[in-house]
Amino acid sequence: MKNLGGVKLPHHKNTADSKTVDFGLPKLIRIPMAQAMGAVPNLYLKKDDKVFVGQKIGSADSFMSAPIHSPVSGDVIDISDYLNPNGSRCKAVTIRPDGEQTLFEEVRPPEITDKASFILAVRESGLTGLGGAAFPTHVKLSFDEKKTPIDTLVINGAECEPYITSDSRCFIEDTEDVLSGIKLCMKYLGIARCVIGIEDNKKEAIALMREKTAADSDIEIKVLPSLYPQGAEKVIIYKTTGRVVMEGQLPSNAGVLVLNVSTVSFISKYCKTGLPLTSKRLTLDGTALTKNRGNYNVLIGTPVAELLEFAGAENVKTLLYGGPMMGVPIYSPEQPVLKSTNAILAFNTDAALTEPIACIRCGTCSRACPLNLLPMRFETAYKVKDTKLLAKLKLPLCMNCGCCSYVCPANRPLTETNLLAKELLRKK
Amino acid sequence: MNDLLTVAPSPHLRGKNSTKNVMLAVIIALAPAAVAGCIIFGWRAALVLLITMLCSVVFEAIFNLITKRPQTIGDLSALLTGLLLGMNLSSTVPLYIPVIGAFCAVVIVKGLFGGIGQNFANPAISARIILAVCFAAQMGSYAEPVDNFLKFDAITAPTPLSADFLIAGTDKVLPFTFTDMLFGTTGGCIGETCALALIIGAVGLMAFRIITPTIPLAYIGTVFVLTLIYTGSIDEAIYYTLAGGLMIGAFFMATDYTTSPLTERGKLIFGIGCGLITFVIRFFTKMPEGVSFSILLMNLLTPLIDDIVLTHPLGSRKPEVTK
Repeated sequence: MKNLGGVKLPHHKNTADSKTVDFGLPKLIRIPMAQAMGAVPNLYLKKDDKVFVGQKIGSADSFMSAPIHSPVSGDVIDISDYLNPNGSRCKAVTIRPDGEQTLFEEVRPPEITDKASFILAVRESGLTGLGGAAFPTHVKLSFDEKKTPIDTLVINGAECEPYITSDSRCFIEDTEDVLSGIKLCMKYLGIARCVIGIEDNKKEAIALMREKTAADSDIEIKVLPSLYPQGAEKVIIYKTTGRVVMEGQLPSNAGVLVLNVSTVSFISKYCKTGLPLTSKRLTLDGTALTKNRGNYNVLIGTPVAELLEFAGAENVKTLLYGGPMMGVPIYSPEQPVLKSTNAILAFNTDAALTEPIACIRCGTCSRACPLNLLPMRFETAYKVKDTKLLAKLKLPLCMNCGCCSYVCPANRPLTETNLLAKELLRKK
Repeated sequence: MNDLLTVAPSPHLRGKNSTKNVMLAVIIALAPAAVAGCIIFGWRAALVLLITMLCSVVFEAIFNLITKRPQTIGDLSALLTGLLLGMNLSSTVPLYIPVIGAFCAVVIVKGLFGGIGQNFANPAISARIILAVCFAAQMGSYAEPVDNFLKFDAITAPTPLSADFLIAGTDKVLPFTFTDMLFGTTGGCIGETCALALIIGAVGLMAFRIITPTIPLAYIGTVFVLTLIYTGSIDEAIYYTLAGGLMIGAFFMATDYTTSPLTERGKLIFGIGCGLITFVIRFFTKMPEGVSFSILLMNLLTPLIDDIVLTHPLGSRKPEVTK
């Protein structure tokens, strides 16, 4: 097995022992429609409508799309334009909770009998990958057994980003749901084997999962080194199964389906209760917070500002959805918690703004790259707009994990340049 | 919360690695050999090192001022170039030579080509070669080890590679013992004779992953194997490996980031190339030593090696042959 590089990061798993607490009802809920990859759902509501917990409030006809549900019961007080962090715009609905949390009448456990009804149920739950990428889960599950048979389910519990502990808490607090979610997927999708990948800094989760899966010969626990980015899809597939996802292909081409641990846990919960994805376990941490750091179960749509106030945020410079390596910056604390949010991190520093100096061609970026690419050459090729060379250097394989920028002694914005270069390749 | 938030592309976390730390690590790794050189060759060796280091930093500062570039002496690269250049001079050189050498290294080879990271050849090596060509007599004489630090005789001493037997090629008695060569008590440049100190520093650099072992092992290995085959004597092979500028060249000059290939396979080719050229120059030309020239020549090939030798990224297919 090849050594894949990667970087040793400070773990900062400060909240590893913090039991998940319900954050409670915020004063207002704001839900943007664009929360997952694929088609943006159309909003069903208009101002002054009444909504209930679990009521579907938006969906799109396209298969590559996940519907959106209301996390609260209450009144629609505003429908507005929303600026997504990626620069696109969509509709967002603002709901004032009535405090009753009345369940929508149609919320009931789904009837699942076969693969098709299982996938339909997952689609109706509004589930998107909870690891952070927000890929509609039912699309992943709808692989074609004839063209790309899948024999291995990989459960991603690496949680390689610093600070975040929500997946680790999921293993510990929702052990039964994790296991039953895995078994549901294996049963209805016809997958024979499951490997759960966990980084070795999560001793409690590893011990617990080993104990609980001792009787299951088809479920294996694979302990991964704490080396970022173990949780990157291609990396965890290679580390758990030894298989390589070739360029331009999907994990299903390698016979693998990768699901985040929180994702399978939610599938089990949904099959039991029928309550769609309306809340999220997330880690609240970072250097700008003065109190109440920990893991919380937060309703989707809760403004980040409420979390910050609760945690006594001071002098916030950088605010992130997700971890410091691949997290998305939040431009305003008024932005809400999203389906894919596994952490809200607030820092009193802005590390990304350090001044770059000249590249000395030390090659550290290449040694750190988990895919063995040559980031510094992407940079020089991008500068002269050499798209042929960019393609030859296999730029499209880059997954923006951030290792190259992290290790660069000259502080060069390599990961950022890779994004720009990919855009250049796409336009060509 | 009234302050504006930083919205920047990920990663939002940066490591502590810096160019300055890298340069400092190399300077520290060279320190044992530099100190050994000063002990072996006396106060004048220390003076030469001081002049090259001081002049390199001053020339870089002035060059940046004149060309209105950001000041870069803080990255310690000029200091490192000065130290390496000084270690590649004999303690007997007239004192204008280190000054000219520092100018060539920092201004001509590095500054004029765009500064740090842009030079096509190793500044210290190139400066040494310029000096060797321009001041052949002064550069070709080497000091004898002194018995105390305060002593200085401008006596020209034989180096392990210039000693008589080698030119005649018939006498198989080695002029220096392996102990002499390990501890550096032979004639030679200030920083090149003490193989032991150089190896200690290099092992440190590798332990801290500042350099990878590929270039030094390929370089030294190639010289050793070719010498062994050519002379048929294991003693001679060891002798030639420890002699001359091979240790300092292989560990500290050939591994210069900017002028060596990026990929490990590229580094392997680079190291073998250096070894081959060194061997050829040592045994088939009139020059006693070929480390500087071999590294310079391979420096020139580095862009070509980097063009041809790429990495095999995980999941990449071989490029399809286009007709």
